[in-house]
Amino acid sequence: MPPPGGPQLTTPRPRSRRRKVSNVVATGVIALTFLIALVPLVFLVIYVVQQGSKVISWSFLTDDLPFVDRLPGGGMGPAVVGTLLITGAAAVMAIPLGVLGGIYLNEYGGTRPLARLIRFLAEVMTGVPSIVMGLFIYTLVVLNTKEKTGFAGALALACLMLPIVIRTTDQMLSLVPGELREGSYALGSRRVRTIRTVVLPNAAAGIVSGALIAVARAAGETAPLLFTIGIVRETNTSLFHGQNTALSVQIFSNATSPFVPAQDRAWGAALTLIVIVFLFTIMARLVTAFFARRQAA
Amino acid sequence: MAAIAPPRENEQPAPAPKGLGTGPRPPGIFTDQLFRWIALASGLLVLAILALIAYTTTKNAWPWFREEGFGIFADNWDPAKGQYGAGAMIYGTFLVGIIALLVSVPISLGIALFVTEIAPRPFRKPIVYVVDLLAAIPSVVYGLWALAVLTGPLADIYSSISSATSGIPIIGDLTSDPSPTGLSFMTAGLIVAIMITPIITSLTREVFATTPQPLKEAAYGMGATRWEMIRGSVFPHSRGGVVSAVIIGLGRAIGETIAVALLIGSSQHISAHIFGPGDTLASIIANQFGEAVGIQRAALIGMGVVLLVLTVGVGILARGFVNRYDRKSGAVV
Repeated sequence: MPPPGGPQLTTPRPRSRRRKVSNVVATGVIALTFLIALVPLVFLVIYVVQQGSKVISWSFLTDDLPFVDRLPGGGMGPAVVGTLLITGAAAVMAIPLGVLGGIYLNEYGGTRPLARLIRFLAEVMTGVPSIVMGLFIYTLVVLNTKEKTGFAGALALACLMLPIVIRTTDQMLSLVPGELREGSYALGSRRVRTIRTVVLPNAAAGIVSGALIAVARAAGETAPLLFTIGIVRETNTSLFHGQNTALSVQIFSNATSPFVPAQDRAWGAALTLIVIVFLFTIMARLVTAFFARRQAA
Repeated sequence: MAAIAPPRENEQPAPAPKGLGTGPRPPGIFTDQLFRWIALASGLLVLAILALIAYTTTKNAWPWFREEGFGIFADNWDPAKGQYGAGAMIYGTFLVGIIALLVSVPISLGIALFVTEIAPRPFRKPIVYVVDLLAAIPSVVYGLWALAVLTGPLADIYSSISSATSGIPIIGDLTSDPSPTGLSFMTAGLIVAIMITPIITSLTREVFATTPQPLKEAAYGMGATRWEMIRGSVFPHSRGGVVSAVIIGLGRAIGETIAVALLIGSSQHISAHIFGPGDTLASIIANQFGEAVGIQRAALIGMGVVLLVLTVGVGILARGFVNRYDRKSGAVV
């Protein structure tokens, strides 16, 4: 019972009209922000598909670039090969090292000062602009080897992917329950065996999906490749000899071209690149969904 | 309680179960330690790469720093006259970043609230996927699209805003001299805003989601509407995290290169005209590095160093706010 003379207990203040209206308005504005974000996505995808599908064909995807930009016809074959080759090489370098780094952070480092420092630096490294990575590889590799190669571009992309893979692995491993590790230790397994047979399989879905997202980001990057891979008009399947090219770089150089055929090729390349990037993104989602279903079963 | 039988003498130990001891030996202590060191080395790679980035870029930019001294901050970029001040580009970098934040932050906070508080549960994940697709579209495709589709209409909008506001102090100055091509700080800022929206959304979503349920229920229990609950419970709880998300967004905005290089119009002067052309640190590197030689090349590498320092500084700043709340889990962006 409230003490006499204390605060008067009343039923909650009835919702006034003004409060109801402001609630509805705020809810509407919040929902609207999502629609605003949808507009550029939808318009961009539709426009790129429209423009790109005009030029895209099998020969567009495989033919060499025309001798000069203003000529019609020709394809993006060298750029398609370059994008796949360079991104693939970057993935081969960055993903194993990134997973190992993540394993160190979560399985060995924990909350030690060194692990916390590395975690912080990985966060900083994620924020380093991709153009700076390009300049870095240019000054470190291209200036020393005196040659622009696909490999130099792959190194720049790998530098971008590495911290993303490290951080995802670290986070995914931290979600694996400690009891599983303890069970494995109790059966006499050493750390390595525990990590290989218990910890990694449990975190595999998250790590694979994070790696695929990192690959998708890298495939779309232009800035790290601008000064590192050079330019070719014929397919170069070698990473280490001779210059190379990529879809993103071709879009960048053709975007400002005054010649209509070059612009058409830019749209075709843009559609190809978006398809590649979306494929990897969707694959990442599928991996997550597939493993989630298997775990639930 | 079962009595423990005393060990009898002459008893043979039970034979080992079949299969045990015949397979490959489990990894020994050597493998264990080796793996530990390999993992540690991979972790230290991050440290090594960052140190190398700082070292090689600074070394190659040194002629510029030595020659210009504090002149690197001057607003006098003109390679033809041998003047290499980066003041205009530093200014442009922040102007584009601020425009992008002003547009992106309200939208990102809105989407994050929509996903955590308003949208029906089955729709929440799909909405997150769709917003993340914005981040999947490559920068160069945004640039190409905006160049083809947006710059024309934007040029018209700029000129009508400009003539409508001419004569008004401050606002009139900001909007005067609109670019006839539509290439401007504003166009670049708008596209960067689209590009940083998924990052800020995902970080703030994560923060909003950590608002304790009792805090929300307390608000509802006192008769608050949903909006009043958001203002009274979610916002105060999330302040530090939101500030840090905004700073991280700024970091991404100032590093954004290719779309800006295509859309900003390449003019190296400090100018208050947001509808006019400009340049940023990242965009001038992308546009001029290919043809640059000598001190100009050193200057462009040096602008990369300035950019690196800015983004690292912004990262450390964001970290200061992020420690105020406990980060549970989250997307790596």
